[in-house]
Amino acid sequence: MSDSSAAGHGQSSSPTGSDETPGSLTTADGTPLKVSLRRAESRARRKAFFLVLPLLAFLLITFAIPIGQMISRSVRNPEVADYLPKTAAAIQAWDGQEVPPEAVFAAMADDMKVGLENRTLGRAAARINREIPGARSTVLGTARDLDEMSPPYKEAFIAEDEDWENLEFWSLIKRETRTITPVYYLLAFDYEYSPQGEIVERPESYQVYRMLFLRTAWMSLLITSLCILLGYPIAHLLATLPLKSSNLLMILVLLPFWTSLLVRTSAWIVLLQQQGVLNDTLVWLGVIDDNNRIRMIYNQIGTIIAMTHILLPFMILPLYSVMKTIPPSYMRAARSLGATQLRAFVTVYMPLTIPGLAAGVLLVFILAIGYYITPALVGGDTGIFISNLIAQNMTGSTAQLRLAAALATILLLAVLVLYWAFNKLVGVDRLKFG
Amino acid sequence: MSLPAYAGTGERIWYYSYRIICALIFLFLIFPILVIVPLSFNAEPYFTFTEKMLSFDPAGYSLRWYEDLLGSEEWLFSIRNSFIISISSTIVSTSLGTLAALGLSRRHMPFRAAITALLISPMIVPLIITAAALFSFYARVNLANTFFAIIMAHVVLGTPFVVITVTAAMSSFDEQLLRASASLGANQVTTFFKIILPLLLPGVIAGGLFAFITSLDEVVVVIFLAGPEQTPMTVRMFSGLREEISPTILALASILVAMSILLLTAMELLRRRGEKLRGIKG
Repeated sequence: MSDSSAAGHGQSSSPTGSDETPGSLTTADGTPLKVSLRRAESRARRKAFFLVLPLLAFLLITFAIPIGQMISRSVRNPEVADYLPKTAAAIQAWDGQEVPPEAVFAAMADDMKVGLENRTLGRAAARINREIPGARSTVLGTARDLDEMSPPYKEAFIAEDEDWENLEFWSLIKRETRTITPVYYLLAFDYEYSPQGEIVERPESYQVYRMLFLRTAWMSLLITSLCILLGYPIAHLLATLPLKSSNLLMILVLLPFWTSLLVRTSAWIVLLQQQGVLNDTLVWLGVIDDNNRIRMIYNQIGTIIAMTHILLPFMILPLYSVMKTIPPSYMRAARSLGATQLRAFVTVYMPLTIPGLAAGVLLVFILAIGYYITPALVGGDTGIFISNLIAQNMTGSTAQLRLAAALATILLLAVLVLYWAFNKLVGVDRLKFG
Repeated sequence: MSLPAYAGTGERIWYYSYRIICALIFLFLIFPILVIVPLSFNAEPYFTFTEKMLSFDPAGYSLRWYEDLLGSEEWLFSIRNSFIISISSTIVSTSLGTLAALGLSRRHMPFRAAITALLISPMIVPLIITAAALFSFYARVNLANTFFAIIMAHVVLGTPFVVITVTAAMSSFDEQLLRASASLGANQVTTFFKIILPLLLPGVIAGGLFAFITSLDEVVVVIFLAGPEQTPMTVRMFSGLREEISPTILALASILVAMSILLLTAMELLRRRGEKLRGIKG
């Protein structure tokens, strides 16, 4: 922000004109008004920013960085490159057509010696074993007998274990020298590397994740639709009733909203289980037989009912806040012009509620696809979401932890796209509660 | 929206059926929450109404599950942990969030939209993802299974609510009051404590209550971050619901429902006070 640029925009257009040119406005101490104003504004900007800075820095360290680390963990693959460094370097020149040359075997023997001393060989072997079962004993077994071997190692290794002749074994090692791997993302979509190094679908009995992503999506969509179906009439009623009665009825929406998620979930367990209140009532009414109690929980139905109940206020509140701003005279005008009640509602009222509807739909859907607690408690086996699989993998081995990170990253991406859309359509600053 | 006198039969039918549908939806919303309260006084270890309860026989009701809850060292310990975590995290998130909201409401705030989106994001990111990220993060710096880690995590989750409520309170703030205050000779500090803070307080307290209830209810992140020394009541409740369900949980749930009624009342009073202070007529 130099003075010349300020003067350039000033009233004086003469190229030789200085700041003191008669006609350009100045403050009391002689600085041009523009410069002074700009200074004041940038000071105000800095002040505003410094107020936000503590929270921004805090979230950066305790939220953004951990999430970044999680994303980088989802592609991490350091074992082979770190623990078999010489082999990793030597094998790069290998073309994969025949058994690698002696140089590669010698490098492997060197790496094994170091790896045995540092106790890191097991980790590299375990990493290879994940792709070719049995490879662990090949590596560790050969390493144990290394003292008795002498160069050339190629013949000695092959004599020890014929896996060392196996081209697939070596191409796997070459592939795993990459420190970044897509393997966890492949797994997350039920793909894997074939022994020949091609990307193939996993055997059908191992396929879980694609189905779970799809289930998470369609069940969330269904829950969102149910929320629209139940929330729209309620929001409309609340927005059109006189304030006194609508405030009272609003409590019925806000109380669930304020009640603990676990409390609401346990309430549904109490209501829906086979010896629960609802089944008891139906038996008492004679609708169903005592021996044929309906299974409404620990399956998809349980998840759908409980989650619709839990997320319904998130649909009602944004819809209500938009509907409240629609003047009732619009409907009267439409009617007076000859529209039927239905037509007036569909062509005049409903289009005006779209901003609230969009907010509610996105909010409910975003919250639904990430749900964990409720599906875990009432979902049984068929009603769980992708989040539950992330949680399961988080308590496992390093590889499972990375798979969990990959699954979480995919879910995060989906949520961020929706959040971006929400921000474009609605604006986060328009979110309100209560 | 009362029924006009000239309404035809069809309109009348629709009017009443619409009301009935709405009543049923309200029932769906509120019934599950209310039903657990009487069940928590069940004299039997069942999750349903016994015949004695239905005939209002006093023998069918008892306080045994409340005695069970309040007499159990383990439950009291975890309730205490919950309050340690949520009170500390509320204090931190309310201060950080209020400060940020004050900045965001200034006219000259740079990158307002982007920064707001970032500050709100912990509310949008699924809890399981936050849990996955924080679990490894705190394990790496050897802080897993500490109160510190859990409190910091809950500050992250609580601040968006504070930012949203305080920004909303600021949006109806009349800036002329600042000039009036300055013209009467008050400096910035005096203006903050005498003018801004009292007007903002209802919003700040509402945000704080939100942060408090968020932390108190939070399950997912604490499942992964809390060790046996920090187990809060939600984690105990969660495993209780998963393994052996006992009506003790219903007793705790009823207490929590009572607490949410209290909080709801507090919020409503705050809202009214905020409107009154700013001269908005309800």
